[in-house]
Amino acid sequence: MNKRSWIGSDNKILPVVCIITFIVIIWYGFSIVLNAPWEYDKAKRNSITLSTADLVSQTWSQKRPKLPTPHQVTKEIWNTTVNQKVTSKRSLIYHGLITFYETIYGFAFGTGLGILLAIGIVYNRATAMSVMPWIITSQTIPILAIAPMIVVALGSAGFSGLMPIAIISMYLSFFPVVVGMVKGLKSAEQLEIDQMKTWSASKTQVLFKLRAPRSTPYLFTSLKLGMAASLVGAIVGELPSGGGKGLGFRMLSGSTFGNTLHIWSGLFSAAILAGSLIAIISIIQRVVLKRMALEL
Amino acid sequence: MVQSEVIKVSNLDLTFETNDGPVHALKNVDLKIDKGEFVSFIGPSGCGKTTLLRVLADLDEPTDGDVTVNGVSPREARESRAYGYVFQAAGLYPWRNIAANIKLPLEIMGYSKEEQLKRVKKVLDLVELTGFEKKFPWQLSGGMQQRASIARALAFDADILLMDEPFGALDEIVRDHLNEQLLKLWKSTNKTICFVTHSIPEAVYLSTKIVVMSPRPGRIIDVINSDLPTERPLEIRDSKEFIEISQRVREGLRAGHSDE
Repeated sequence: MNKRSWIGSDNKILPVVCIITFIVIIWYGFSIVLNAPWEYDKAKRNSITLSTADLVSQTWSQKRPKLPTPHQVTKEIWNTTVNQKVTSKRSLIYHGLITFYETIYGFAFGTGLGILLAIGIVYNRATAMSVMPWIITSQTIPILAIAPMIVVALGSAGFSGLMPIAIISMYLSFFPVVVGMVKGLKSAEQLEIDQMKTWSASKTQVLFKLRAPRSTPYLFTSLKLGMAASLVGAIVGELPSGGGKGLGFRMLSGSTFGNTLHIWSGLFSAAILAGSLIAIISIIQRVVLKRMALEL
Repeated sequence: MVQSEVIKVSNLDLTFETNDGPVHALKNVDLKIDKGEFVSFIGPSGCGKTTLLRVLADLDEPTDGDVTVNGVSPREARESRAYGYVFQAAGLYPWRNIAANIKLPLEIMGYSKEEQLKRVKKVLDLVELTGFEKKFPWQLSGGMQQRASIARALAFDADILLMDEPFGALDEIVRDHLNEQLLKLWKSTNKTICFVTHSIPEAVYLSTKIVVMSPRPGRIIDVINSDLPTERPLEIRDSKEFIEISQRVREGLRAGHSDE
């Protein structure tokens, strides 16, 4: 089985490589299509006719393309990470680290808030009835509409920089944690609850000895969703805060000045950041659940 | 003995409200259980035997009637940790090893660390699981898991043991073995045991008193005092007395069914 596993159905690499190749081909195709009008314009102005080979090579190497090619984006990322000092504002690592901190703070706040709300909802009917509608309503309001208000409100209260952005990030990330943890804390079986009752266990004991461990599989699923939401929140939060830092700012300024390379390199950095953070949670999840002999 | 009567049930009625209307789970149940008795509750499903056990354990509340456990209400009995309850499923926590699972009620009841260790050792010895402290539930067979669950119910040394079809999911060979062990354990600890079962041989083999129940509404139709000797090898099941008692149980069960 091992010999052929690189091509076998249980292998993940081959399908992934196929999809990526497919996407890259389409991407190059669109680069030609979208960047061609500008090349035609230029050719017309200089009264020359473009050969297909010229068209392809020129659309793939424009300085300010409508859609940069994968190799241009790769080169841009390389130049702004390896070839820049980390402290430089031109470094993607610098901006990435800023966004990373905002994400982590937002994630920590969001997870804490989400777990507390979930405990309140599971243990107290009044909390469930009064808080749940607000939690749902909160997620129906576009974050882009709320973010500037949070920045302004917290700014006048003396909080600026990382804090307002972390709050915006929290606003997005607590929701999946609440939903998942409510389900998780309720996932103990009736028999287990009865059993606790026969021992006259207190509510706190039931929470810590039964409900919390039973909810671990749900917690990890929530954490992964929450982490992704935190990153989105951090990037959105950077837009109105005008701090001039972070991947969101980088993409915004790219968009303002028509620098598509900045947008795409920022986008990819954000994707890589999100992917790594979620991968870390997945690894912890696998180890912990295996140790607890729990499966989701 | 000052207090030989451990459980007293009189005129117990219990009706569950369901979407299809009220279900009369128990009707006019009267029962007395003395200290040190081994009482089996037997009957077809829906006869309320599990419900009766749950009422004694304060897991379900009666609609009407009087129930005392150790001379007090089931709630007070539960809160004073008067009984250990063994469920149909072992209900061991997969993230705790066997020792930690048995410690669980002791932690909840606030026993000291040394006392916990001492008691875990003692009850594991009682159910013959010494050496399995560090094993996790999934590493044990179904029978061993159920033994661990019995050990857990014994750990805080309550005088009463309530058992709801604890061996129902096990095969017959394992079941025989566990029945033998349970009898031995009962004799050595002098506990009062209430045991719910589906199986006539199991009920007759184990009990000093057999309560035959019938469904719709759940009620007691016969209480049989078994005069089998206390020393009961498995072969006793072929004896004349054993067969006679079995027949009486079977007749009771049939009579309960005939009025449908």
